[in-house]
Amino acid sequence: MPGFLSPLIEPGFFSNLPVQTALVVGGVVAVVSGIVGTFTVMRGQSFAGHSLADIGTAGGSAAFVLGISPLFGFVAMNLMAAGVMEWIGIRRPRGRDLATGIVLGAALGLAALFLYLDTTASSTTGATVNVLFGSIFTLPASMVPFIAIFSVVAAGIVLVMYRPLILTSVSADLAIAQGIRVRLVGIGYLVALALAVSLSAVTIGAILSTALLIGPAATALRITNRTGRAAVIAAGIGIIATWLGVLLAYDSYYWFPNGGGWPVSFFVVTLIFLVYLLSQLRFRGHSAARRRSTAAQAG
Amino acid sequence: MFSDLMLNAWGSASIVAIVAGVVGFFIVLRGSAFAAHALPNGAFAGAAGASLIGVDAIVGLAVFSVLGALTIAGLGRRARHDVATALVIVLMLGLGSLFLSMATEYAPEIYSLLFGEVLGVSSSELVPIAVIGVVCIAAVFLVYRPLLFSSVMPEVAEARGVGRGRMEVVFLLVVALTTTMAVPVVGALLIFSLLISPAAAARSFTDRPFTAMGLSVLIALGTVWSAIALAYLSNLPIGFFVGSIGAGTYAVGRGWSAWRRNRRSSRRTGQTRPRPAQVQTS
Repeated sequence: MPGFLSPLIEPGFFSNLPVQTALVVGGVVAVVSGIVGTFTVMRGQSFAGHSLADIGTAGGSAAFVLGISPLFGFVAMNLMAAGVMEWIGIRRPRGRDLATGIVLGAALGLAALFLYLDTTASSTTGATVNVLFGSIFTLPASMVPFIAIFSVVAAGIVLVMYRPLILTSVSADLAIAQGIRVRLVGIGYLVALALAVSLSAVTIGAILSTALLIGPAATALRITNRTGRAAVIAAGIGIIATWLGVLLAYDSYYWFPNGGGWPVSFFVVTLIFLVYLLSQLRFRGHSAARRRSTAAQAG
Repeated sequence: MFSDLMLNAWGSASIVAIVAGVVGFFIVLRGSAFAAHALPNGAFAGAAGASLIGVDAIVGLAVFSVLGALTIAGLGRRARHDVATALVIVLMLGLGSLFLSMATEYAPEIYSLLFGEVLGVSSSELVPIAVIGVVCIAAVFLVYRPLLFSSVMPEVAEARGVGRGRMEVVFLLVVALTTTMAVPVVGALLIFSLLISPAAAARSFTDRPFTAMGLSVLIALGTVWSAIALAYLSNLPIGFFVGSIGAGTYAVGRGWSAWRRNRRSSRRTGQTRPRPAQVQTS
């Protein structure tokens, strides 16, 4: 490592196994979230995207009661929840909010039950906190193949229906006129969203899952209007924020107050939020300039 | 079930249910369920921060939920509302995870803030809950007409001088206050069920705003009371009953409105009319 980097990067950063896993998994999740998230923001389904992360908690804790891997609990619960949301009416803007809300409320109730059963069965109350704030550093390396498979499936669904998905996201009426089966595309997209979110929620926690899904995509859509370019930029922002976050969390091991290190999610979320605010400033500058020029033309 | 210890639980839960029924009506009407989920979750982070610096949890809840409401309203003016809300909730939860990592809190306390501890409400906590509850309801009735107008027809209301942005700020502040009051009682995750499900169910029974609001309060009270009773009898967590009864009442409401629509149209045409093709708008 070049000497000038050593004040920035604590020694042993790249040779540490949990850090390597975190960098790989964080990168994969950031790319998938960037691609899927671009459509989530375009379709105005951020609430569904966030809720699925929380809803999965019910599946994860149920899997714990049954003694199977939480990842499968997450995936099963989220696919079911996506189905119910679709059935209640996530397509209409008015019904969307309610569909997500009702499913989320019911799932949280179930999560309360299963977590309670978990606690009475094995006296581990940490499950809630683990799921909500999950740590990227405690990830076992054996999970990596599963994560890779589900990521490829989620990104694959989006790429296969790329063009119809853009059209239905921008204007459902136009898509119907073109003979696209809007409902089918919507269901396919929800499946991709459910897969992507369960993946990221179970590996890096619900907070980071939402942050990586919405933040980079919203920033990218500020910068460009072209969907493909936005997805690439979103994936890039996501990767940079995640890797910087992991680096900072690693560096923070000896920081105030008790030398336990600061959480990765805090750093990643803050970075993403700052980038989003910066993109807003840029946008504001543009529109102000445009307004000035139109005013000059009018005058 | 009605011992002295339980009276606080019944009282505080009833206050929360009444306020949630009233505020929830507007949440469902305005389609701001995401904010109703985000503010309690973010406020939870505030409670974690308050315990870190050693002040009362309710102060942390109030500060974080009010700051969250103002940030959502501020960002939402320039961007899509759901994106602004999503960013605010992750920012607040990110801070929360920082506070939790610094604190040496026991996990059960976090569980109780998330899922509520209605049986642990003390008499001294009942007073601030009641005061904030009265303030919330008074605020809603003070701005009742402009708020209703702005929720149903935002453009027309704007033209008549009821600012959409201003109403949004006022409304989110009411939600923030409700959050502050309700999180210690029913928890950050379950106040959400109480805000959404009864109001959503009530709206499928009636279209009149005032009747729907009253019905929403009644359903919320019924939900909370039966949840406490069932939890007391079965020894399972209250949150489970609140969540499933909420979803159940919504399902009943949906079934009722579908049945009524069907009956009305069959009376008009003499036979059951197939449902019109669904119009896709988004």
